[in-house]
Amino acid sequence: MSGNYFVKRVGQAVLTFFATVTLTFVLYQMMPGGPAEALRNVILQQQMGSGNTIDPARIEQLVAQYTNLESDAPIYVQYYQYMSSVFLEQDLGESLYENTAVTTLLADRIPWSMLISVYAMVIGYTGSIVLGAVMAFKEKSRFDSVSSVVVIGLNSTPYYVAGILFIFFFSIRNEFFPTGGRVGLGVEAGFNVAFMQSIAHHAALPILSMSVLGLGAALTMRGNSVRVLGEDYLRVAELRGLRNSRIATQYVGRNAVLPMYTQFMIGIAGVLSSSVIVEQIFSYPGVGMLVYEAIQVRNYPVLMGSLIVFTLVTVVAILIADLTYGFIDPRISAGGDNE
Amino acid sequence: MSNDQEGLETLFDADIDREPVPRSQRLKRQFDLYVAAPCRVAMTDWRALVGTVIVAVFFLMGTLGVWLVDKPSSGDAPVLEPPFQNFDYILGTDTFGQPIGAQLIHATPDMFKMVIAGAVVSVGFAALVGVVSGFLRGTTVDTTLMSITDIIITIPGLPLVIVLVAIFQPESPYVIGVLLGLDNWPGLARTVRSQVLSIREESYVEASQIMGLSTGTILRRDVLAQLMPYITVNSALASRRIIFESVGLYFLGILPFTTFNWGVMMNIAYEGNALNRPDMYHFLTFPLLTIFLMSFGLVLFSQGMDSVFNVRLRARHASTIDDDGGHE
Repeated sequence: MSGNYFVKRVGQAVLTFFATVTLTFVLYQMMPGGPAEALRNVILQQQMGSGNTIDPARIEQLVAQYTNLESDAPIYVQYYQYMSSVFLEQDLGESLYENTAVTTLLADRIPWSMLISVYAMVIGYTGSIVLGAVMAFKEKSRFDSVSSVVVIGLNSTPYYVAGILFIFFFSIRNEFFPTGGRVGLGVEAGFNVAFMQSIAHHAALPILSMSVLGLGAALTMRGNSVRVLGEDYLRVAELRGLRNSRIATQYVGRNAVLPMYTQFMIGIAGVLSSSVIVEQIFSYPGVGMLVYEAIQVRNYPVLMGSLIVFTLVTVVAILIADLTYGFIDPRISAGGDNE
Repeated sequence: MSNDQEGLETLFDADIDREPVPRSQRLKRQFDLYVAAPCRVAMTDWRALVGTVIVAVFFLMGTLGVWLVDKPSSGDAPVLEPPFQNFDYILGTDTFGQPIGAQLIHATPDMFKMVIAGAVVSVGFAALVGVVSGFLRGTTVDTTLMSITDIIITIPGLPLVIVLVAIFQPESPYVIGVLLGLDNWPGLARTVRSQVLSIREESYVEASQIMGLSTGTILRRDVLAQLMPYITVNSALASRRIIFESVGLYFLGILPFTTFNWGVMMNIAYEGNALNRPDMYHFLTFPLLTIFLMSFGLVLFSQGMDSVFNVRLRARHASTIDDDGGHE
C-alpha cells in the first residue's frame, strides 16, 4: 500500500513539472506575434549598438539559440524540440543579454533564495504554531485577546510593507542590519565564521519580513487547539494521569497541527513567490531579483526559466513533505483518502 | 418556494388545520432571519462591526469620494507640502505637487474593480470545481479536476502572474484582477470539495435523497447553503490577497503605471529614496497605511462573518423565532 502511495505521489510531481514546462511553451506561443516576432524586436534593439546589420536567417538562428524554439517548424515539432531540450539536455535556453545559459544564471541564485525562503517558512510557521497553542491554552484571557488583535494586524500587513518598515527602523534609523546585498564587502568567501556571520546578518531582515506571511496560521492553530482541548480523549488522557508535557505534544499538538498540513504545503509555493518582491526591496540577489531584472528588459528566456525552476523547487519541496507526512500521520499511508 | 417543499410542509406538519401564513408575514420572517438577525449578530461582534465600517468607508471613497474630490494632476499644489498643514491638501503633496489624499481616493475605484473581478472569478471557479468534484467523488471528472487543481496549486502564483503581465501588459483593472485571481482558486476548491464531502455524509442530505428530491435541489438547498459561510469568508480573504499582490506588483513597477494606485505612489516614493528623506515620509506612509487599513478591514470582516453565519447565534438574535418553542 505504501509503495503504491509513493509511486502515485512521485507520478503526480512529475506530471506537475511536465505541465509547467508545457505551460511555458504555450506562453511563448501566446506572445503577440509568436516567440520569433516578440524576440525579434529585443534582438534588433540589442544588436543596434554593435552597428552591424543582421539578416532574418540570423535572427531565426538567434531565437532558436535563446529559446530552443525553431519558430518556422510546425508546432508539434517545436513542442517536441522544446520539451526534449528541457528534459533531456537540461537546457533552459540562453539569456538575451549576458551570453550565458539560463541554467547557469539560475544555479548561481537559487541557493540564496532557498536560504531566505526556508528560514522564513520555518520561523513563520514555528512561531505561529507556538503562539496559537499558547493562545488556545490561555483562551479568553487578556493575552489571548491582545495577541488575536496583534495577529490580525500582522496578517493585514503585506510582507513588503513589513520589509519597508524593517529597513526603516533597523537599517536606517538604527544601523543594526545592512539595507541590502547578501554578504558584506571584503568578506572572504568560504567556510569561515566571518562569512557565515555576514550572510546571516544580511539575510535576517528578508527572512523576518517573509515570515510575516506564515503568521496567519496562528489563528488556525488556536482554533484547532481549542477544539482538541474540548475532546473526550483528552479528558481520558488526563484521568490516566499522563504527564502534561506528553498531553501537550502527543495529544493536543499533534492533532491540532495535522489539519494545517495542506495550508503549509500551499505556503511553500507562497513563500517562494514572495521572494520576487522581498528580494527587490532588500536588493538581495536571489532568483527573485533575477526575475525582476529580466522583466525590465523583457529577457523572456530568463523569465520562463525562472518560472520552471520555481515550480521545480516547489514540486520537490511538496513531494518531500508529502512523503514524510506518512510518518507523522499513520492514517495517510494506511490509504485513507478522506481529507 | 417550490411546490415540493409546500407538499413536505403539509406532510410533516402536525396541525394541518392551521391557517396558511400570509405572504407579508412570511416575507417579514425571512427578512428577520436573513437580514435583521445577521445585522444584530454583527452589532455584537466587534470584528464584524469594525470590518464592515472600514470596508464601507473605502466603498464611499471609491464612489462618492471620486465625485467630490477633483482628479489630481501635477502642479496642483506646492511640491512636498507636509501633511496636516493646509486644509486643501490635508495629507500633504508628493514630489510632483499632487495632493496625496486625492490620489489615494482616485486609486480606490480601480482597486475595487480588480478585487471584484479577481474575487468573483477565483471564488466562483473554486466553488464550482469544488462542488462538482465533491459531488461526483471518485468519478473520472473528480480525478481530472483534482489533478488539475493540484498542478495549479504547485505552480508559484506570483512568478506566473509576472510572466503573464510581462507578455500581455494588461491595463484594464478587470484583467489584472482576473490574472491575480488565477492562482487563488485551487486552494479554495480543495477546501470546498472536502466540505462537500463531509456535508454529503450528513443525515439531512440522506433524508433529502430518500424523500426523492432532485440532485439540483439538494445541491442548492442543503449543500450550497452550508457552503455560503466558507465562500463569503474566503471572498474577503481572496480580496485581501488580490490587493496585496496587485499593490506589490505596482510597487515593483511591473504593472504599467496607467492609473493612480497605492502601489504606484509607494514606488515613486521608495525610488525617490523616501526612507532617507524626512520631508518625504508622508508620501510613503499614507499609501502604506491605506493598504494596511483596507486589508485589516477585510480580515476583520471575514472573521466577523464567521460568527454572523453561525446558525445558533443567528437564531438567538432573530425576533420572529420563539424562544420557548425550541427543543433545547
